[in-house]
Amino acid sequence: MTTYFEQVNVGDEVPVFERKTDFMSWNRYAAINEEFVYVHMDDAAGKAAGQGAAFGMGNLRWAYILNALRGWVGEEGEVKELGMQFRAINHKDDILTTYAKVVDKNPEGNLVRLEVDVRNQKGEKTSPGHAVVSLPSRG
Amino acid sequence: MPEAVETLVTEDMHRQKGVWGEARSSYPISESDIRKWAIGVYWPETPPRLYWDEEYAKGTRFGGIVAPEDFNPFAWAVPKGEFRAAGALPGQTPAKGQNILNGGQVDTYGVRMRPGDVITARSRLSHWEERVGRNGLTLYVFNETEWRNQKGELVKTRISTGIRS
Repeated sequence: MTTYFEQVNVGDEVPVFERKTDFMSWNRYAAINEEFVYVHMDDAAGKAAGQGAAFGMGNLRWAYILNALRGWVGEEGEVKELGMQFRAINHKDDILTTYAKVVDKNPEGNLVRLEVDVRNQKGEKTSPGHAVVSLPSRG
Repeated sequence: MPEAVETLVTEDMHRQKGVWGEARSSYPISESDIRKWAIGVYWPETPPRLYWDEEYAKGTRFGGIVAPEDFNPFAWAVPKGEFRAAGALPGQTPAKGQNILNGGQVDTYGVRMRPGDVITARSRLSHWEERVGRNGLTLYVFNETEWRNQKGELVKTRISTGIRS
């Protein structure tokens, strides 16, 4: 899929990337990122951290947003910038859904600015932020 | 009763502020590293072919496999020194300032990482903010990191936020 700059409008939403996460996904991420941190592996550590139980990595939510953005811009587009605040924890079996909405277009460089987030099954905003992508032009 | 902590800012932080640390270089990135990364972040879906199918990737504008922007070439360096677990530990109440969370980050991306690339990183403590929050005295530490490839091309800059309470 290729998304062209001309076909994008302010208010457009990017198709979501959704995952129900648990230790199967967290352990895979720990293995590739060498992220063996007790709070992501052991409920007792999650409790010691004041979070009640083990919880997922913010960086995995980061990856999910990038997956959603790359899927949308296609191989001709580029993710230029991404910023997120990891404001809420995600626990086992939470359903994480990406959110990305176009808020601005700049013809100089075919840049598109989006507000982004990863929301849980209750609609809570776990990771609000922004992204800038560049898109190809139809010419 | 533990003594009240007035600040989580240390003398070391004052000394390190704004000073680039020693650069470190990754092992050369392999196709296999990229493939595993893509499987992990797309699990259980089959990841895009750009990350594991060289024949397919040759036909794209990249001319070969590239890594996802979030790929970490610094994972699995040979351990040096004693392992120290980060963050809270099972069954222990963290000392004040030792409950550490990832608060988020802002990345800007340059050229993509490719098999064979060696990435060199340098970091510095940018600044900090200390305030009283839900968990009492809380320190937000902002670190700046820069990654370049073996040609000196900018791969990524990151401002990351560490939360200590």
